[in-house]
Amino acid sequence: MTSYIIPCLLAFVTIFALRRGTDVYDALVSGAENGLTMTFHIVPALVALLTGVSMLRASGALDSLSALLRPAAEALGVPSELIPLLFIRPLSGSGGLAVGTELMAQHGADSTVGRIASVVLGSSETTFYTVAVYYGAAGINRSRYTIPAALTADVAAFFASVLAVHLFF
Amino acid sequence: MAWIFTAMVAVSVLFGIYNGTMDAVSAAALSGANDAVTLCVGLLGVICLWSGVLEIMDRSGLSQILAAAFRPLLRKLFPDAAGDPVTLSAISANISANLLGIGNAATPLGIQAAKRMAKGCSGTASDSLCRFIVLNTASIQLIPATVAGVRAACGAAEPFDILPAVWFASVLSVAAGLLAARVLQCLWRPGP
Repeated sequence: MTSYIIPCLLAFVTIFALRRGTDVYDALVSGAENGLTMTFHIVPALVALLTGVSMLRASGALDSLSALLRPAAEALGVPSELIPLLFIRPLSGSGGLAVGTELMAQHGADSTVGRIASVVLGSSETTFYTVAVYYGAAGINRSRYTIPAALTADVAAFFASVLAVHLFF
Repeated sequence: MAWIFTAMVAVSVLFGIYNGTMDAVSAAALSGANDAVTLCVGLLGVICLWSGVLEIMDRSGLSQILAAAFRPLLRKLFPDAAGDPVTLSAISANISANLLGIGNAATPLGIQAAKRMAKGCSGTASDSLCRFIVLNTASIQLIPATVAGVRAACGAAEPFDILPAVWFASVLSVAAGLLAARVLQCLWRPGP
């Protein structure tokens, strides 16, 4: 079903525009040129972010933090295998997916741990990447409270996922 | 942003010393910078495509129709952007793409909106812009297709049976993010 979304959307937009008398091809090409410059403006911000994130992952800081939080998580009823996902999810999209996939492969997709991992992945985004890309392109240097508020949403998504799996299954 | 980058690097160095992983940290610093360029080149095609589609939507009037549907909600969330019809239509297109789960399309549409919202605030994010980014860092997609694919590959009996739980968690997460933004807005006045 989901494979229908993009092709049908493209067909709908172009047919709609053609019937309204828009030069569809000219619009597509000039919009795409905007996209080209936009992408190049994202590069510097992403270099900064991905350098920081990959250093952080390589240093083992995330594993140490996970180990530190293990007793607290277990006291709250959160399976401790999930803690690394809490840290990696906002930092790296591919990293989060890899950790989640491993949890599902190891515990089974329909186990409690596997289900919570799926719900976390489905209900949150790669926060730091999104902030870097949007603010990098828009030329924002002072993000004010964006990161704390966005991380609150991520932590809420994590605990809401644990709660949801206990409620619905 | 300066604080975040510095904190990441400093924490990495500290843990690199503590865990004895400095070789890996050193290699990661260089490969991370490299990955950023590879990622952008990889994204170039889809970003160009969806920017082109947005242009078609703008010129044909489809964006305006979409914006009209979202206007009541957006006027409350982004009061300073509500006066500009082009920003409103870009935000509407961004939210629609997010709901449909087309993240690759949501990004260029959202950037168009963010660029317009950032005009005239000389590098400092406005309250509306902060809320807009928080909305984009929380997931509002209706059908998490990627995760369902992974679930299917890992042998789930019903890959999509997590949908109600995902919606529940998404709603709570978006609400928590917007609430946090509202509270922090009072503490974090834009500096001089």
